[in-house]
Amino acid sequence: MSTNQIAVPSGHKLETFLLNSIIPIIFLVLSAGAIYLSGYSAPYVIQEMFTRLGRNLFLILALLIPIMAGMGLNFGMVLGAMAGQIALILVVDWAVVGLPGLMLTAIISIPIAIVSGILCGLVLNRAKGSEMVTSLILGFFAKGIYDLTVLYGMGSIIPISSPDLVLSRGFGIRNAVSLIETRGALDQMIMLNIKGIQIPLGTYLIIALFALLIVWFRRTKLGQDMRAVSQSMTVAQAAGINVDRTRLIAIVISTVLAGFGQIIYLQNMGTLSTYNSQDQAGMYAIAALLVGGASVTRATLVNAVVGVLLFHILFFSAPMAGKAIAGKAEIGEYFRVFVAYGVIAAALVLHAWRRRRGEALAARMASAQQAQAEGGTA
Amino acid sequence: MTDNSTLFRCEGISKSFGESQVLSDVSFSVGAGEVVALVGENGAGKSTLMNICFGMPSIINTGGYSGRLFLDDQHANFKSPKEALEAGIGMVHQEFSLIPGFTGTENILLNREPVISSVLESVFGPRINALDRPKMEERSTAALGKLGVRLDAGEPVSRMPVGHKQFLEIAREIDRSQTRLLVLDEPTAVLTESEASILIEAIRKLASSGLGIIFISHRLREVMELCDKVVVLRDGHKVAEMPTSQTSVREIASYMVLRDKQKGGEADSGGRRDFSNAPIALKVRDLWVEMPGERVNNVSLDVREGEILGLAGLAGQGKLGIPAGIMGLKLSGGSMEFYGRNLPLNNPRQCLESGLAFVSEDRRGVGLLLDETIQMNIAFSALQIKKDFLRSIGPFKLVDDAAMEENAMKYIDLLAIKCNSPLQKAGHLSGGNQQKVCLAKAFTMSPKLLFVSEPTRGIDVGAKELVLNSLRRYNQDSNTTVVVTSSELEELRSVCHRIAVINEGRVAGILPATAPVEDFGLLMSGEGLGDDSGEGAGK
Repeated sequence: MSTNQIAVPSGHKLETFLLNSIIPIIFLVLSAGAIYLSGYSAPYVIQEMFTRLGRNLFLILALLIPIMAGMGLNFGMVLGAMAGQIALILVVDWAVVGLPGLMLTAIISIPIAIVSGILCGLVLNRAKGSEMVTSLILGFFAKGIYDLTVLYGMGSIIPISSPDLVLSRGFGIRNAVSLIETRGALDQMIMLNIKGIQIPLGTYLIIALFALLIVWFRRTKLGQDMRAVSQSMTVAQAAGINVDRTRLIAIVISTVLAGFGQIIYLQNMGTLSTYNSQDQAGMYAIAALLVGGASVTRATLVNAVVGVLLFHILFFSAPMAGKAIAGKAEIGEYFRVFVAYGVIAAALVLHAWRRRRGEALAARMASAQQAQAEGGTA
Repeated sequence: MTDNSTLFRCEGISKSFGESQVLSDVSFSVGAGEVVALVGENGAGKSTLMNICFGMPSIINTGGYSGRLFLDDQHANFKSPKEALEAGIGMVHQEFSLIPGFTGTENILLNREPVISSVLESVFGPRINALDRPKMEERSTAALGKLGVRLDAGEPVSRMPVGHKQFLEIAREIDRSQTRLLVLDEPTAVLTESEASILIEAIRKLASSGLGIIFISHRLREVMELCDKVVVLRDGHKVAEMPTSQTSVREIASYMVLRDKQKGGEADSGGRRDFSNAPIALKVRDLWVEMPGERVNNVSLDVREGEILGLAGLAGQGKLGIPAGIMGLKLSGGSMEFYGRNLPLNNPRQCLESGLAFVSEDRRGVGLLLDETIQMNIAFSALQIKKDFLRSIGPFKLVDDAAMEENAMKYIDLLAIKCNSPLQKAGHLSGGNQQKVCLAKAFTMSPKLLFVSEPTRGIDVGAKELVLNSLRRYNQDSNTTVVVTSSELEELRSVCHRIAVINEGRVAGILPATAPVEDFGLLMSGEGLGDDSGEGAGK
């Protein structure tokens, strides 16, 4: 039998490439423009890039595995971020500081993240096909529970002794929690200094370790099952793969990683904004991943790294660029926020459009194939 | 080829779903190394029989079956497909169960991948082990080798031709070392002739290695070529079992479709008019339609004014795709002319405006607004397309309820729609009455040409007669051209003037309704008329 391969016309290939990388290209232009307008010096920009890579990359790693399992962008990662924050508040209260404090925080966040991850996974298994909107709303719901726990539960039911943490009324946590004792504990572990540019190698090593874990994970049986589930739940089910359990595991892993990611993020920032930090974690991580050229169904480590760089360059240079253009830094700040949401919306629309285009192309190719096969036998 | 040891045996299998008896007292056996063909029309009970052998939940959940299965003379009663698999029964279903983005190898070994054990296993369970890629390659090559086909198993399935996909499915069953009986459900249906002949060669090779094979197919020529024995089912009964060496395609075809002699003769009665001089109402050329499971490849057809044309054929051969494609409900290509005027494809509105109407086989999905009243449903298309049932008050147009009710009452009376009032919701009616509402809706459009797909599917015998009679009468009274698509040949033979048999997305032949029933059977099986050697299907 001759394998009649129908080649995709080359025009389509270029079109497909442009289509797939349209968002990174737009961002490259925007970021370059913003840097130019902001007037920041090259060393400053480079320093910021290294810092922000260390600060944000881990959070984005948390998104990769649910995408692999076909569950889309896990907006529910804020649950993990909340788990990390609760652990952080507790450890600050216990006054375990420095690197041991961070490790303890990570350990405490695990069970909280696992429990909320399981709950999230159970809900998402009942909402197959609309995981993204469900996890988004689930995040809002979880925020309510988180607020309740931190605002009323801590200091009353959950013992919190440090007066620096508790509101003056006797219970509830203050708006901002200073992490001065653990600030940069991970970053400072191994700090490289190359020509005045500080590189937090310790954080990078941890990120690299987990990135390798994800690469390895793709090769495991579980990783293979997730890929199978993502492409066809019915076929996977028929082959005896426990679809629901596989999806649940993906969400649990994502939630635990999001918890770690938030801890790394906050140790770099040095302050926990008790009631707001987690919201930004989810939205900005997702926006950054999409800026890196990922789609709802496909995301790689390269997408994550490129995304963090492009997105955050725009993010820190936008205020100054705004000042240069309109004389006001706020203009730039507005700009970067609506760009973040705009990117998510654009990526979702592009994804739907691309899928339809792909289907039409496949249908056309199938009939061409048929015609060719007939030509061969008739 | 056949040795005497019986590998698998069914004895007195009967099965009913609620009231309807689907299988009654079916027995047959498969020897090691034997290829047994199971043939029959749609609804003859082939799939049900195979589902029983495979322990499918659809059987268990509907009260099980009676009769006994034997594997190696051991009584076997499978409660799940898993048990059947473990006992050594492999099944290749009609629709592909492959993961499109996976390579051939990954698909062959899906969920049976060899892994490299590691210490992590004791903590996180066996799924944390990495896949053993080289071993996977080895096993897939071995399985494909047994089939005797060469294909690039490293390529993603989505880029493979259909034929290769079929081989992968079979290779997957072969890779299970315990598989001894292989059930192939219409494996050649989607293949081209050259692909099919390679597959048949492969099946022969498998049989010679001692596997028992049940081959379900409607391509009788392949059955004759490949199988040792043929078992014919009709309406749930085994009507024939014979060695292929002692029968002919024609004989098998007549066993498949022939019910009883009187019924076969019924079609001759009634004054059938001759339409060969009537003007051509609809001219379809080189039509293809993308309809999953009912793909149309290349159909050219003339429908003459005033006739009732039937579209017959087995399920999945594309007969349902033709009206759906013409009416623009599925993506299609080609050309068509309606009374000499060019009509664009993929434009439902223009079709309706030009005087075509369609009663879909998917009543609940496409045909009806289930939450609307009966009268609204009947008037809906006419209201939308022809602006009937509207009255103007100044610049506003209001729906004329009185006219709608009057119209609905007319059809409730005419078609004997059982309901409390025309204001009842369409979703509350029984299947047969919903079908009548769909017809009434199409009649209200007073179309020049009416397509009706599966008009009697899922409705009881009494309602069937009424629906068919109303079609006949409507055709005569208003000289409307009608194209009826149905899986039930007898039904078509009783209402139609001409019947086009659709096979593999093409017109296999057009016969007068009075033609002998075996001829229809032959056309449906992809055989030409005339001689048994069969020279492809003509125009």
